Amino acid sequence: MSKLKKEDVLNLAELVRLDLTDDEVNEFTEELSAILDYVEQLGDVDVSGLEPTNQVTGLTNVTRKDEINDYGYSLEDLQSNLPDSKGNLIKVKRMLN
Amino acid sequence: MSISWQPIAEIAEDVKSGKIKSVDLVNQSLKAIEDNKQFQAIIVTLKENALKRASEIDARIARGEKVGRLSGVPFIAKDNFLVFGADTTAASNILKGFQAPYQATAINKLETEGAICVAKANLDAFAHGASTENSDFFTTKNPHDDTRVPGGSSGGSATSVVLGLAPFALGTDTGGSIRQPASFSGCVGYKPTYGAVSRSGVIAMASSTDVIGPMASSVKDASLVFDVIAGKDELDGTSIDRSSKSFEISDNNLNVEGLKIGIVKEYMSDGLSDEVRQVIENSIEKLKKAGAEISEVSLPSVRNALAVYYILCPAEVSSNLSRYDGQRYGYSDKNAKTLNDSYKNSRGQGFGKEAKRRIMIGTYVLSSGYYEAYYKQAQTVRTKIINEFHQAFKNHDFLLGPVAPTTAFKIGENSKDPLQMYLSDVMTVAANLAGIPAISLPAGHANELPVGLQLMAAQKKDRELLELAHKTEGLLK
Repeated sequence: MSKLKKEDVLNLAELVRLDLTDDEVNEFTEELSAILDYVEQLGDVDVSGLEPTNQVTGLTNVTRKDEINDYGYSLEDLQSNLPDSKGNLIKVKRMLN
Repeated sequence: MSISWQPIAEIAEDVKSGKIKSVDLVNQSLKAIEDNKQFQAIIVTLKENALKRASEIDARIARGEKVGRLSGVPFIAKDNFLVFGADTTAASNILKGFQAPYQATAINKLETEGAICVAKANLDAFAHGASTENSDFFTTKNPHDDTRVPGGSSGGSATSVVLGLAPFALGTDTGGSIRQPASFSGCVGYKPTYGAVSRSGVIAMASSTDVIGPMASSVKDASLVFDVIAGKDELDGTSIDRSSKSFEISDNNLNVEGLKIGIVKEYMSDGLSDEVRQVIENSIEKLKKAGAEISEVSLPSVRNALAVYYILCPAEVSSNLSRYDGQRYGYSDKNAKTLNDSYKNSRGQGFGKEAKRRIMIGTYVLSSGYYEAYYKQAQTVRTKIINEFHQAFKNHDFLLGPVAPTTAFKIGENSKDPLQMYLSDVMTVAANLAGIPAISLPAGHANELPVGLQLMAAQKKDRELLELAHKTEGLLK
């Protein structure tokens, strides 16, 4: 049984940039362990000679011409959802403490 | 309170001939939405845009101009489709207030044929769930019993169709999210071959299995909608070419004689409730009587499909949800002092529990040291499942089974235990992993709750599957 510890959950939360409450950390420690426990049944499946599947309909390397196409979307519309901006730029909080 | 609509093709004909006005249809739909508010199927209506589009269509018809195949037909889109005229939220707090700067290809195609989107339907936030209880806003009620869930994640779409809020709705199916609510609520839900419909403009969940499909009152209606939205699109690199033949069911031939249909043995044994089994066995009897050649077939690895799915899906979710960072759109914590805090607070406050759970699990199974044991092993077991489907379709034209092990469960019954909730997908996920088309058909009732029959076909056999579904629907009536 894979047991996630509280530190593992806190470490994961840091990696995925999620600020969790103490309750969430406790809940997730238990729940995520149970989910991992369930999916670990796959360790017993014999997959010798098989390759992993990444794409199911057989497509490979779908490319398009390296040309600019705005598909009719206006810059203004695309920017209308920005929480904060300055001119044409996305404005974010400072990166260093 | 529920209203029933004419077949979609007939509605469009009546609009074209001037017998009914598109504006009246939109108003009828808006009234049905208002009258059925207590079921909480709808997040928002698009009243203004819908009425404007309807009067434009009426005006074009009055001028004698040519109009499309779905002229004036109202429909409802799951709220993970980008549509103009209201917020697109995927039922999540983090996307509250998000105004789509462009529309989904599927929506554009329907509008080109004259269909009118009247409302956005509720879902489990970001389509993570099997009951709509994971919606950050509210839980939709089952149209047959308001103490029960409608299924999910396309629960709002299913309830909308069953209550007649519009003649059809759009859903998305990543692990069963069209078929399971169709089964729980009692409508037709079609999950096409992977890539058959462009997903451009649909909020991504697990990109290797996400598909778009119609939910409707009949297979004929679903086939017409599917015919309109199917096809390759340069905005979705995974979309595939369609054949030039129409997918729309055009005849009423109900002959199933000689069709080889395999009953998936594993779906008839593992945890299937007796009441659902009874309905499925009755359906099998009717198909047999009508001349279908039915035999049992074993796909032993579908027993592992759910475990495969709950590794691959969170892995892809954790990647797809990384774009919600509080900087480019959606909820952003105003009080954060640094960029890193802004990320953490915006995501921590904006995401619901299930999204967080999947982001965490997904990142864990992809992390170095665990990748081989979880993610790569899951992708390889996926190959094994696909191979077994290939083998089964060598001897059978179609496969058959239940959609879900139970009928609709009570609101709150499974919401405390995420693993129990995941088990709701146990009979639907394999089709997603293999990319094959599958449909849920109303097959009967157990304790007055609907039960869906699932039919599956090999990849790209969408037309054949819809034809069989249409025939089966006729036999089950």
